[in-house]
Amino acid sequence: MGRSEFAFSDIFVGIGAIILGIVASWGLYWLLNFLVTRLPAKWQEKLRAFSFVLPAAVLLILISVLPLIQTVAWSFFDKHAKEFVGFENYTTIFTDPNFLGILLNNFLWVAFVPAITVGFGLVFANLSNNVGPKREKVMKSLIFMPMSISFVAAATIWGYAYDYPPPGRPQTGLVNAIIELFGGQAQPLLTLEGGHLNSFLLMIVVIWLNAGFSMVMLSAAIKAVPEETIEAARIDGAGPFKIFLRVIVPQVRGTIMAVFITTVIGVMKVFDVILAMTGGNFNTSVLGYEYYRMFFVESNVGGSAAVVTVLCVLIAPLMWLQIRTARHQEEIR
Amino acid sequence: MNTFLSKVRNARLGSTLTLLVLVAIWSAPTLGLLITALRDRDQAAASGWWTAIADPFNQIWSMDSFNKAIDGGMLTSLLNTLVISVPATILPLVIAANAAYAFTFIEFKGREVMFASLVALMVLPLQSALIPVLKAMVWLKKTFGIELVGNYASAWIVHAAFALPLAIYILRNFMMTLPNSLIEAARIDGASYYQIFWKLVLPMSIPSIASFAIFQFLWVWNDYLIAFVFVGEQKAVMTYKLLRLLGQYGDGWQTVAAGSFIALIVPLIVFFALQRYFVRGLTAGAVK
Repeated sequence: MGRSEFAFSDIFVGIGAIILGIVASWGLYWLLNFLVTRLPAKWQEKLRAFSFVLPAAVLLILISVLPLIQTVAWSFFDKHAKEFVGFENYTTIFTDPNFLGILLNNFLWVAFVPAITVGFGLVFANLSNNVGPKREKVMKSLIFMPMSISFVAAATIWGYAYDYPPPGRPQTGLVNAIIELFGGQAQPLLTLEGGHLNSFLLMIVVIWLNAGFSMVMLSAAIKAVPEETIEAARIDGAGPFKIFLRVIVPQVRGTIMAVFITTVIGVMKVFDVILAMTGGNFNTSVLGYEYYRMFFVESNVGGSAAVVTVLCVLIAPLMWLQIRTARHQEEIR
Repeated sequence: MNTFLSKVRNARLGSTLTLLVLVAIWSAPTLGLLITALRDRDQAAASGWWTAIADPFNQIWSMDSFNKAIDGGMLTSLLNTLVISVPATILPLVIAANAAYAFTFIEFKGREVMFASLVALMVLPLQSALIPVLKAMVWLKKTFGIELVGNYASAWIVHAAFALPLAIYILRNFMMTLPNSLIEAARIDGASYYQIFWKLVLPMSIPSIASFAIFQFLWVWNDYLIAFVFVGEQKAVMTYKLLRLLGQYGDGWQTVAAGSFIALIVPLIVFFALQRYFVRGLTAGAVK
């Protein structure tokens, strides 16, 4: 392992870059505006917007759009991205049982994580709504806190909770200690025998990280539910559970959908947790990780491009959903 | 009336208790890691961390593992992460604010289509662009001698590009709530669109910009993939360092635990200090 170097000059590089960046970007926009004002009035009208949009558009085209096209194109080339091979990369991955297992894992993630995350979010939001403002603040902070943690740090936190010391030693991992407490047999977690169940152990980590986000969004929506509708149900003799399910949930359906879609998108791309916790071993790999392995371990450009393309195709319907949601919002305004 | 009040009180007590249990479950893993980082190595191997809470006075507490993690280069990587995170937060916000302004206040041809594409880009996985961008940067170095890969600048650019769609979306949603009459009044007074942006719209958008800045800062701080691919181990960031530490926890969990906590300090400070704005940033783009 090489030592990482840090010269204090790097701080100056950073500070210098910030100042230079601000001056340069301000200068850039000033220049664009200046150029537009030199144009004849008719052209000015047409090009005015572009002096504000151009830098963003250029950056997005260079760093997102063109690379995406390149990636899709590479998926039809061999591992060195030199020779055209048609659909070979795709036939290779789709006939590989490992890859089909990876697709199954992705499917399991999408099937479980978003629904459970939204479920926890609803429970947290609703409970914290009933406990009074002071307690609400403290408890919400504690549940929301994992949101600020990196996936890698979360992996160390949960790796320790899943720890399994060799037989005969006391259980220092939280999960196994709880299993023993309830009379179960402590066992190594995240092993080969676990099969696809291992994915669920990783899903717990992501649910733990994301439930706070879901709670915050849903809590804002629940607070906007008109008090009269709840009061009316209460007068009709509805209990808290009935009020929650019949009155509150239907009124925050829009937010539930938004959180659900956001979580699905995040889960489709899940990568860091798998890298940090299992390195894709023990049947836990997903598309985001398989791409990484294909390129950084196997140096297979064509193959990794095909994996990403599959991921993009699977995500594409969600793009359409996002656009529809954005349009819908527009109409509300 | 009395029974109604007691019912409400019961509901409140029940909610509090349920929530307390859930909060305890949510916090236990983090608490366990912190306590383990502070415990003596032999003791930590001999008993679970929860026994240390039950009996805190018969424990040997030490900062050794924190020293070890710092000796392993955690502080250096902390500075590296900072130098990446700050510009990678400011740069996209400046660019996004300009674009959001045009999308909100200026009519132009293709605005709808461009905005729809932007929303679609929000969903695009980062992985779809990594290798082409990496190769392009290597090519830049070979052809023009511009060295981006292995330097902070490459991470700034990639982070900026991938933050743009969401940043523009959220800032535009905020700008749409600004009164249009104000902008029109400024127009009548003879202000140019350029002046209106820098002198009127940008200062008024500070709440939204600040909340997105926190969001973006945490995102960059916690990122692994971009830092790994474009900056690498020469200027290793926190997540990179932590992952290496995790890969070699032969000397027990202590060092990893301590390292994790050093990595957590800045995000946690940012989070607890600016939580309100963070939440506002998240809910700004939300559907009601």
